[in-house]
Amino acid sequence: MMSIKPMSAKELTQRILNDHSLFVLDVRNEKAFQDWKIEGMHFEYLNMPYFDLIDGIDHIIDQIPENQDILVVCAKQGSSEMVAQHLVDAGLEHVFFLEGGMTYWGEYLHPVKIADLNEKGTIYQFVRMGKGCLSYMIESNGEAIVIDPSRMITQYLDFAEDIQVQIRYVIDTHLHADHISGGRLLRDETGARYYLPPQDAEEVQFTFEPLVEGVDIPLVEALYSPGHTIGSTSIIVDQQYLLTGDILFIASVGRPDLAGKANEWSHDLYDSLYQKYKQLPFDLIVLPAHFGKVAELGQDGSVQATLDELYKSNPGLKLSDKQRFHQTVAENLPPQPHAYQDIRHTNMGIQKSNEAEQREMEMGPNRCAVHD
Amino acid sequence: MNIKVNHVIDAKGMACPMPIVKTKKGMDQLESGDVMQVEATDQGSIADMQAWSNKNGHQYLGNKQIEGVIHHFIRKASEVEVKQEKIYPHTITNQNLQTKLNANEHMLIVDVREEAEYHFGHIPQAMSIPLGELESRLDECEKDVDLYVICRTGNRSDLAAQLLADKGFTQVRNVLPGMHEWSGLIQKEEV
Repeated sequence: MMSIKPMSAKELTQRILNDHSLFVLDVRNEKAFQDWKIEGMHFEYLNMPYFDLIDGIDHIIDQIPENQDILVVCAKQGSSEMVAQHLVDAGLEHVFFLEGGMTYWGEYLHPVKIADLNEKGTIYQFVRMGKGCLSYMIESNGEAIVIDPSRMITQYLDFAEDIQVQIRYVIDTHLHADHISGGRLLRDETGARYYLPPQDAEEVQFTFEPLVEGVDIPLVEALYSPGHTIGSTSIIVDQQYLLTGDILFIASVGRPDLAGKANEWSHDLYDSLYQKYKQLPFDLIVLPAHFGKVAELGQDGSVQATLDELYKSNPGLKLSDKQRFHQTVAENLPPQPHAYQDIRHTNMGIQKSNEAEQREMEMGPNRCAVHD
Repeated sequence: MNIKVNHVIDAKGMACPMPIVKTKKGMDQLESGDVMQVEATDQGSIADMQAWSNKNGHQYLGNKQIEGVIHHFIRKASEVEVKQEKIYPHTITNQNLQTKLNANEHMLIVDVREEAEYHFGHIPQAMSIPLGELESRLDECEKDVDLYVICRTGNRSDLAAQLLADKGFTQVRNVLPGMHEWSGLIQKEEV
C-alpha cells in the first residue's frame, strides 16, 4: 500500500529549477488560487477547493494523471493531507503534499552563491521562490552585510552561522511596500548597524544609519537612484555587481506609484535608468530585489544579468523617449500589492503586528514591477 | 454576543479542513432556513466559509470577530423559498417603500427574517420579528397603521402577511422583491 509523502519547499524548489514536470492539485479556494500559485515551467494545475473533496475525489479522478508525481497544495497543510490520502486510497501512487502549505512556500528562501569577489569574499543571493523577492548576503573577512532582508531572519542567521560569519551591516535599499523588512529584527538579534535611505525614512519611528552616497561600509558603494521610491539607492559591490533594488529588474522596471506620487517619481525613474545607470560600466552584473517569472531564474536558481544585456533585452530600458516612457509606465501598472499600505506602515514602525498578521499582509503575488 | 441561532459548532483551535468538515456535518442535521453559528480561530476560515456556502447554496450572513474568535453565521439553503408561489395579494415594491420612507410616513416595517440575517443588515426603521415568532408577538405590532412585512426574497413575508391578515391586521403589504435587492440605507447591529 502506498502512502502520502511530504514534499518540502526546498525539494519543490529543486524540481522547479531542474525543469521537472509536476501535477499540482491546489485545493485552496478559487480566489486564493487565482491570486497566487506555485509557478513551474512544466507544471500542470488543477484547482479544486478541499471543501468539495471532503467526501472523496471520485468526481475529479479522471482529471488526475496516473503516472506522474502529484503534489497536493493547500494554505497550511491539513487539507492537502486529507486530499492526498483520498488520492492514495483511490489507488494513485506518487502522491505528495506540500509541507507547511503555501504559508511555508511563501517564506522559504533558496540561497545561491553568485560568485567569489575580486577582493576576498563572496556574494550570495537568497531567492524567495514563492514571492519573487531577492535578498543578499556579502561576506568578507568573517563579517557579513545583508541587503533587503525578508522578515524570516532565522534563515540568514543560520546561513551566517554555517559559513561562520558575523552579520555586521544590514541595508534596505528602499522602504519596501511588498514585503516586511527583516532589517530591524536582524539588527536587534545581531547588533548590526541598520541602514536606510533617509528620504524614505522621514516617518520612521526608530533610529537608523543613513544610507547615502559615500557611506562607509566595506565593499559597498551607494548610488542614489530614486524612482521606485524617493530614497531608492543602488548598491555597487566590489566594482562588479549592481544591486538595483526595485529600480531595475531582469525583464521589467520598478513601479513608481506605491506612495501616491506616480507622476513625480516616474521622472526620477527615467533619470535613474537612462542617465545614472547609463554612465556605469556596462559589464556590471545586475542583481535586482525581485524576479517576475521563473523563466528569469538561471539553472542554479540565481537571478542576474549584465547591464549590457539588460539594455539590449529589457523592454523598460528601450523607451529612451521620455514621453513614451512615462506613458508606458502609467499604462502598465499592475494592481497595487495586497495590503501595501499596512506593509509600509509596519516597515516604518508606525504599525505593530504579529507574525500571523504579517503573513496575511504578505499574501499573494509580488507586484513591484511595471509590466507583469 | 447573543444572536439567536439553531445550532452552534465549536471549531476553535482547529486547522483546516476541520472547521468546514464540522460545519458540513452540522448542516446535515439542520432544517432548511435554520441558522448555524460556527466559532473558529483559523483566519483562513473566513474566505473558505464564504466560498463553501455560496457553492452549496447556503446563505453566508456574515461574521463577527471577538477576542481572536471568528463567529460565522450561515443560513441553510432553503429550496422551498425559491419555488414557492406568493399568495398574499397586497404588495409594494422596494422602491415605493423607499419613497414612503423618504417622506417620513408613519408606518411599521416588520422584518421577518431570522435574527442573524437582520443583525448583518436591515432597513434602519425595521423591527425584527422572525416568522417563527410572529404569532406569539402580535401584540408588538400596531393594528391601525400601514404595516410592511419584508424578508429576503418575499416568501417568508408572504406567509407573515397572510398570518397578520388572518389576525385582523387590515393594512398589511408584502414588500417585493425584498431585502436581497434593497438598495436603500442598511443598518448593521454592533456586537
